[in-house]
Amino acid sequence: MKLIIAVVKPFKLDEVREALVAAGVEGLTVSEVKGYGRQKGQTEIYRGAEYQVNFVPKVKLEAVVDDGAAAKAVEAIKAAAATGKIGDGKIFVLNVEDAVRIRTGETGSAAL
Amino acid sequence: MKTFNIKRLASFALATLGAAMFAVPAFAADAPKIDSGDTAWLLTSTALVLLMTIPGLALFYGGMVRKKNVIATVAQSFVITCLVTIIWMVIGYSASFTPNADAGLNQFVGDITFFMTKVNVTSTNSLAATIPEYVFVMFQMTFAIITPALIAGAFAERMKFSALILFMILWALFVYIPIAHMVWGGGILGAKIGVLDFAGGTVVHINAGVAGLMCALFLGKRKGYGTENMAPSNLVYTMIGASLLWVGWFGFNAGSAVASNALAGAAMMNTQVATAAAALAWMVVEWVERKKPGMLGLASGAVAGLVAITPAAGFVNPQGALIIGIVAGAGCYAAAVWLKKIFKYDDSLDAFGVHGIGGIIGALLTGVLADKAINSLGEGASLLKQAEGVGATIVYTAVVTSIILLICKFTTGLRVSEEAEVEGLDQALHGEALHE
Repeated sequence: MKLIIAVVKPFKLDEVREALVAAGVEGLTVSEVKGYGRQKGQTEIYRGAEYQVNFVPKVKLEAVVDDGAAAKAVEAIKAAAATGKIGDGKIFVLNVEDAVRIRTGETGSAAL
Repeated sequence: MKTFNIKRLASFALATLGAAMFAVPAFAADAPKIDSGDTAWLLTSTALVLLMTIPGLALFYGGMVRKKNVIATVAQSFVITCLVTIIWMVIGYSASFTPNADAGLNQFVGDITFFMTKVNVTSTNSLAATIPEYVFVMFQMTFAIITPALIAGAFAERMKFSALILFMILWALFVYIPIAHMVWGGGILGAKIGVLDFAGGTVVHINAGVAGLMCALFLGKRKGYGTENMAPSNLVYTMIGASLLWVGWFGFNAGSAVASNALAGAAMMNTQVATAAAALAWMVVEWVERKKPGMLGLASGAVAGLVAITPAAGFVNPQGALIIGIVAGAGCYAAAVWLKKIFKYDDSLDAFGVHGIGGIIGALLTGVLADKAINSLGEGASLLKQAEGVGATIVYTAVVTSIILLICKFTTGLRVSEEAEVEGLDQALHGEALHE
């Protein structure tokens, strides 16, 4: 199993979710986060005074998928979240040891 | 305000002259009667102008400071309203708007009578003969309130509350009152030199703007100025404040006709046109120069237009108002954005950049654009006379404000401690905080 973590632009959340559903991903956890990458924050200007805002609002998605589905899911996120501009975000893929569905006690892939 | 005065005096004089041709002087009988229309409009205008300070200016400024200083900033407008009310009742009205028996002294200050003992329910002021004197006292009081309150934008986020109180009392007494008398009350600038100031470009805005610049220079920059993020905490407050200022300004400018008449209507028309033009001019310059047109820019431009049309409102026609608005919007942008950077002073909320520069632009352009079809007094308008009024006000205000700041510096002290400044004035000075 793989944990896919994606940090994307907030306005792309709906498209990404739809793409993941289409790619067969069953569940998703979403949180609102702040951060920066190469985009290095934003500039606010008030009467000519410029302020660098270091942390930009982003959305973080987490989904656990079967090993075989991971590549497809990553591709789906990548396609849906891209605008081509700086600040589109990143996708990380991590190995997951196990998973448990609390209600039934199922483990491993069956719990996804 | 003073023009209508002069205008009224002139028409009164003409009427008196005409009457004198037929009947030998009967002055008392010729005195204008209280006019219910004029009185109703001035009562309304008074309420509108008070609305400009609280909550208008309070919110305009309050939204521009950091969250830790919002309460302290709105409290400044509020306490100034209360202080100046009492000062106006005790001595201000008398010394500003009633004639001094000594003709020489009358050039600079009016009659010194305490506690309004010469005003009663039947009295009127010859400067506003068709409204009860109590209404005139109240109307002028609201101008005396907003002027010092405007200064607060220059020293926002760092002045001691005790220093503010002492400063405002002394400033109302020794700067506002003499300038108001000199321009409007029959003193040297208005009555002798013939400076045109319809509603307060000189008395209110140049006066407050220059005083603000002195405060910014004496107090120094805020801690972290230029390095820390000092972005406005709530531009929605600022937008509401600017809008209240805009609406209230109809009382300020159209009320300054001191009559419910066509001149008041012209002043209202001019006010609307200049304000919109200035907001758009600021927006366009900002859009070109900074790539994004901001709400703060729109609000600032609108206020710049309101300021600049103030001296001109009852002298120019709407075409002139359009020009004044455009020049003021672009000119005040330059002052707030570039001038401040070049001279490296921290006029925190641009009291000088908007009110000082806007007032100067409006006062000077009044001399150029005055249309005698709008107001017969405009015939004597000249750029030179206007410049004399501007120059005299700048020098007087700069000198006396500096003296007052020195007095505060050595008694109350001017600035809060560094610790209080970092903590925020809301908590440090008032023991209060904004909660969400």
